[in-house]
Amino acid sequence: MTFIAKPKIKLPGEQLNEIGLKRSDYEGVLSTLCAGCGHDSITAAIVQAFWELSIAPKDVVKLSGIGCSSKTPAYFISGAHGFNSVHGRMPAVASGALAANRDLVAIGVSGDGDSLSIGFGQFGHAVRRNVNMLYIIENNGVYGLTKGQFSASADRGSKSKRGAVNRMRSIDPVATAIALGGSFVARGFSGDREQLVPLIKAGIKHRGCAVIDVISPCVTFNDHEGSTKSYAYTRSHYNPAVNAEYIAPAEEIKANYDKGETMLVTLHDGSRILLRKADSSFPPTLRSAAMRYLEAHSSRGEVVTGVLYINEDMPLVHDIAGTTATPLTDLPYERLSPGSEALNRLQKRMR
Amino acid sequence: MKRTDTSNPSYFHQVVDCQWGCPAHTDVPEYIRLIAQGRFTEAYMVNRESNVFPGILGRVCDRPCEPACRRGRTGQKPVAICRLKRVAADHRDEVRHLMPEIPEQKNGKRVALIGAGCASLTVANDLMPLGYECTVFEALPVPGGLMRSNIPSFRLPEEVLNEEIAYITDMGVDLRLNHPVESMQALLEQGYDAVFVGSGAPKGKELRLPGREEGGKNIHIGISWLESVAFDHVERIGEKVLIIGVGNTAMDCCRTSLRLGAKDVKVMARKPRDFFKASDWELEDAEEENVEIVVNHSPKAFVVEDGRLVGMTFDVMEYEIENGRILEQRAAEEVFFPADDVVLAIGQENAFPWIERDIGIEFDQWEVPAVDEQTMESTLPGVFFGGDAAFGPKNIIWAVEHGHQAAISIHRHCQGESLTDRLPVTMNLGSRKMGIHEWSYSNDFDPAARRKMEHVDLSARFRELDTEVELGFTAEQVATEVERCLNCDIQTVFTDRLCIECDACLDICPTQCLTITGNGEEAEIEERLRAPRLEPEQPMFVSDPLQQTARVMVKDENLCVHCGLCAERCPTAAWDMQKSLLRFPKASDHAFGSEEQRKAG
Repeated sequence: MTFIAKPKIKLPGEQLNEIGLKRSDYEGVLSTLCAGCGHDSITAAIVQAFWELSIAPKDVVKLSGIGCSSKTPAYFISGAHGFNSVHGRMPAVASGALAANRDLVAIGVSGDGDSLSIGFGQFGHAVRRNVNMLYIIENNGVYGLTKGQFSASADRGSKSKRGAVNRMRSIDPVATAIALGGSFVARGFSGDREQLVPLIKAGIKHRGCAVIDVISPCVTFNDHEGSTKSYAYTRSHYNPAVNAEYIAPAEEIKANYDKGETMLVTLHDGSRILLRKADSSFPPTLRSAAMRYLEAHSSRGEVVTGVLYINEDMPLVHDIAGTTATPLTDLPYERLSPGSEALNRLQKRMR
Repeated sequence: MKRTDTSNPSYFHQVVDCQWGCPAHTDVPEYIRLIAQGRFTEAYMVNRESNVFPGILGRVCDRPCEPACRRGRTGQKPVAICRLKRVAADHRDEVRHLMPEIPEQKNGKRVALIGAGCASLTVANDLMPLGYECTVFEALPVPGGLMRSNIPSFRLPEEVLNEEIAYITDMGVDLRLNHPVESMQALLEQGYDAVFVGSGAPKGKELRLPGREEGGKNIHIGISWLESVAFDHVERIGEKVLIIGVGNTAMDCCRTSLRLGAKDVKVMARKPRDFFKASDWELEDAEEENVEIVVNHSPKAFVVEDGRLVGMTFDVMEYEIENGRILEQRAAEEVFFPADDVVLAIGQENAFPWIERDIGIEFDQWEVPAVDEQTMESTLPGVFFGGDAAFGPKNIIWAVEHGHQAAISIHRHCQGESLTDRLPVTMNLGSRKMGIHEWSYSNDFDPAARRKMEHVDLSARFRELDTEVELGFTAEQVATEVERCLNCDIQTVFTDRLCIECDACLDICPTQCLTITGNGEEAEIEERLRAPRLEPEQPMFVSDPLQQTARVMVKDENLCVHCGLCAERCPTAAWDMQKSLLRFPKASDHAFGSEEQRKAG
């Protein structure tokens, strides 16, 4: 961490986005994470993505649980709404927030401890129900806040900083989310901003629960030899299988691409995601193919990244539940609280 | 691109914009930090090492450092570098014991210096400690040259001038006042081992227009008139005064006029304001005293009635200007301005009527001698030029640097060594890290605005000619102004092999001046920078390929505010904040070896 705050300096020629905001307008308070933490990189990527998409900070809600990762919503978009909830319970709060106001752009930030251990059930149900949010798992394979014990995502055979070998199988959040029927499942790496920013943009624009597992090296407890979540290991085993490019509704597709290796997915608002496959053997719209690809490459120790599964046509939990599409704050008081007469009528129907 | 060679002192020197902009390479950030610590004497001596006259220059320097100041590129006004120099001079303790020792035993070499101005005095300052016998010939009854005769005392008090000149003359210089040199040949025949010409550019430019002769009694040449005022030969001027020309001399002339009884002073400029030669701050100071600056008026004639000047006629000019260049001009009408006196301040020139043209010293068609820019030697070996005498009118700080370089040449000439085989500039880098979040400099960016120098009240300042207008900074102003310095000499030093490419430095950088990207040609890399490269002449650092991805770390030095956050956020100390201490060799280094060499024994 740093003692002096990042100074705000008015720069000549600083770019503004479509709603007239500077990139720095999407920043938050100063990070208190360790210097070199992958999470700070992800924070910067989130800042970049929201700025580029010109989303007004007041339309954003940031949600998190407990852990190093869950501190980070304080470090981006100061002007957004936020809820730092109980350990592992971020998805429940997110579901509630979106029930109350479906117009919010929800971003949940969680970690491998928060989502794969204490909050594993919550994670599973958010995916299964397709809560309309961006669900980022900042995955470093250790419990950083409690000094580096293996987490549920630590690979079997990887070594802790003190040399202990992990003998338990790991949970792969990507494979889990695909298996649970997630509508958007991706993996990124904090050290590859060029890939990560478009992934986050696509995840924000996706209608449904967009899970992005981001490998985020813990520079203090998991960046040594023998770790499979270090900067060096991730880079030497890096397999960017499907890169995504977000294309706004009115924007033309400039890049020339070969049909066999690219796919265009149209999103609900008319924007598109251009997927570029490094390996044309599997389409990221076929769940079984994605699982097979993951299995084959993960067993070789590769870190498969990119958009691994996408389906734009899955219904949202709040559509299924039939809750109101009008934000509760916009409903007149009489409709929100129709009085004892209405309550009696409702109860009568249930007798 | 190949890795930027940061071991070459010129790379980090260029990052210290003020020091790069200063002809004498004054270590500005270092003395500002010393002032911040209240170490005024040390700050004064750091200045004196490079610019010899801190008290004088702290008031009247042309300050090339300030337009160069990095602060100016962050959307603010530059640090008041010049006025902080004055702070060091004003608050210093006794410094005489810190002056170099002058050897009793001389080295047997005699040097003649012509003109007791800033250039000659600097040569004497550098050579006296080496055992040279320096003789200074001065036409006037007091030393100081232009600093005394052309700069009015309300800007530069006499005591300040006397004190700093005395530091040098008291070294045992043989100062011959009232001693104009009338023949170079005769001087050369006296057997000096070297001669230095520092006689300035003493000839004010003339304006030949109708009525010049008839009205001559009330038409004055600016620099001669200022000299007459300085020596009390002129004590009054008419009520209505026109100043022709809009350079810094014109500003001194108009303000001096106000102190000699003028009530209505107009500065007449031929071109629009953007083309003025005077420094902005000198224009501001004159306008504060209600001098009117009239633009687009080209002098046409002096109007004389009954043998007495009554005014001047001017053509009102119209210009067609594109991108700061005049494409076309025409005179729209003629107007008359009444005047009791006119002062001509349209420039000055070299004049060497006393140098014979057949003794081997070559001149060009404008009377400017042919002088080598590095060695300051003329075409006659052993004869050197410096200051305005060398390349025409410049300023004090350039004259000082000419003096330093000429002193090196004179020393090498007297020792029979090659003049061009000079010691190189050297650099030391030392980390400023004190602890995890501690640096031995104030790294927090201070957004404070430039402090405004307080002036004596208008009503009070015209009573006496020598009432100094600027009051100096208050303690509070000093405390704020020193914090505005960005410490550009505390360099961001990158160790390529330590970088793990975590992006922490990129994310924390408040100006986005860092980028990690694939290597390529300069133009390609420039395109991929996170913030556009606004000043291509500012240096850009490119590292070797990084270990994990073979990408390179790129830093555009232009907007770096030296806050040290990159180094603070770096988990592997690949970035470090290190002070670059540059050493510009002086004559003493050539004589005794550099300080490092001396220490090494």
